[in-house]
Amino acid sequence: MRENNGFRKFSISSVWLWIGVFALVPNLALFLVSFLDRGEVDYFIPAFTLDNYLRLLDPAFVNIFLKSMYLAGVSTLSCLLIGYPFAYLMAGAGKRIRPWLMLLVVIPFWTNSLIRTYALVIILKNQGLINKLMLSLGLAEGSFSLMYNDIAVFVGLTYTLLPFMILPLYASIEKLDRRLLDAAQDLGASPLRSFWHVTLPLTLPGIVAGCILVFLPALGTFYIPEILGGAKVMLLGSFIKNQFLVARDWPLGASASMIMTGILIFMALVYRLVNRQADGSAQAGQNAGAA
Amino acid sequence: MKTRFPYAYLWLVYAFLYIPILVVIIFSFNNARFSTDWHGFTLKWYELLFKNQPLIDAAYNSLKVAVCSASLATVMGSLAALCIHRYKFAGKKILHGCIYMLTISPDIVMGIALLIFFVSINIELGFTTLLIAHVTLAMPFVTLTILARLAAFNENLIEAARDLGASEVKSFLYVLLPLTAPAVAAGWLLSFTLSLDDVLISFFVTGPSFEILPLKIYSMVRLGVKPDINALSAIMFSLTLIIVILAQLLASPKKKYRQKD
Repeated sequence: MRENNGFRKFSISSVWLWIGVFALVPNLALFLVSFLDRGEVDYFIPAFTLDNYLRLLDPAFVNIFLKSMYLAGVSTLSCLLIGYPFAYLMAGAGKRIRPWLMLLVVIPFWTNSLIRTYALVIILKNQGLINKLMLSLGLAEGSFSLMYNDIAVFVGLTYTLLPFMILPLYASIEKLDRRLLDAAQDLGASPLRSFWHVTLPLTLPGIVAGCILVFLPALGTFYIPEILGGAKVMLLGSFIKNQFLVARDWPLGASASMIMTGILIFMALVYRLVNRQADGSAQAGQNAGAA
Repeated sequence: MKTRFPYAYLWLVYAFLYIPILVVIIFSFNNARFSTDWHGFTLKWYELLFKNQPLIDAAYNSLKVAVCSASLATVMGSLAALCIHRYKFAGKKILHGCIYMLTISPDIVMGIALLIFFVSINIELGFTTLLIAHVTLAMPFVTLTILARLAAFNENLIEAARDLGASEVKSFLYVLLPLTAPAVAAGWLLSFTLSLDDVLISFFVTGPSFEILPLKIYSMVRLGVKPDINALSAIMFSLTLIIVILAQLLASPKKKYRQKD
């Protein structure tokens, strides 16, 4: 077809080289270390073991794992419940106002999550803004802190990760062919029914993509529970961090991180599946409309 | 009334997203160390920041890493977008898949994977390791930004250049690059922000000899609320604001070169 010139070879090989050396090899190394023994001097020694995975069955870790899944799960759910109607309204807004609405979501998306977490501290802390507000309204007495509990962590995760849910939802809702909804209505479907049978299945890829972008960072972003939950709320991210920096047990940290990689792969496969189904049914709907 | 209600919901969510940030900015001008009451306007917390030499050094290091990594990520990311958009080669789908997976891969996993890699090959943790990590972090975002723009372009422009005798390099430099330049610039800006804001990956791949701003902020924030952190947060937020607005303006495709439907 085209000449196989040097530039083509150069670009393909340099891209592959970078991804290969600095993304694939490190992840492979992480996978391998999760099967290695912990050394006396070195962080890991070349001796195969399944011990690191067996140690994850320890009740102390199981508790951390369950609590992490629970907090990440409810935060993801609340982002979805707040974000879906939001993205839907945004996609239905006028053409001229829409880029501005979008910009207002993109700004917090790119703002440092650490700074956004810190911003919450001012509001939730002892003598913080909510405290002051309730005092002046006569709803509370004295000073109190809303931090250092699960709810603070949940609020923090929802607050920092909400834009990561809204953007993929918006992308998939905007693509939705609204004529399909008109068709459903013409055929006598109630709004609820057409939402359940048309809108929801067609925007499922956006929902799954949003859940990936919220759930995994909710598990891994260790500073959010550390700052808002204090020492009481230990989640998966902090556990992994501690293995690498405090306990110096890299193989255990590596095996714990494999849980996140496993969830990532699982969710990516689910995404592929729902994406294909949504593409298929959107196509079918359009073909039926054309016929 | 009926149409007002949905917008009220939008503004409510925007309020949730923005009020905490606005509060930080307002309190960065508050003339009081601990109180959340208003004690008058002051710029002394900003002055305090600029007198804090270790912080200035860390900021300088961060800027150095951000500029270098954004530039390298933009080059690599553009090449990747070009390969995926234009060439057919073995493993192209896998490459595209890898790039997607990198954008959704949790930062903490990328951080520890790179830490293990760097320690295994015995590189000292510092500028070089941060640079490599941030390029790997940002490159997929550059690629996807450019690919989104390329998808809107008229393919015939390149074919025409090739037919007129332009070499592959020339058609890249004189046709593809100018057409995608705004997306490339947006990619650079976003990489710059990613590098400047990253905490999770940097936490693992930098050494004690090379301090950077986000990690400084992390250690400050852990000690509680202080007015100079408010000032620093306000500066970082303003910087992000400017960069994101610029990037948005650049990345949205103009009608001029759009493929006809």
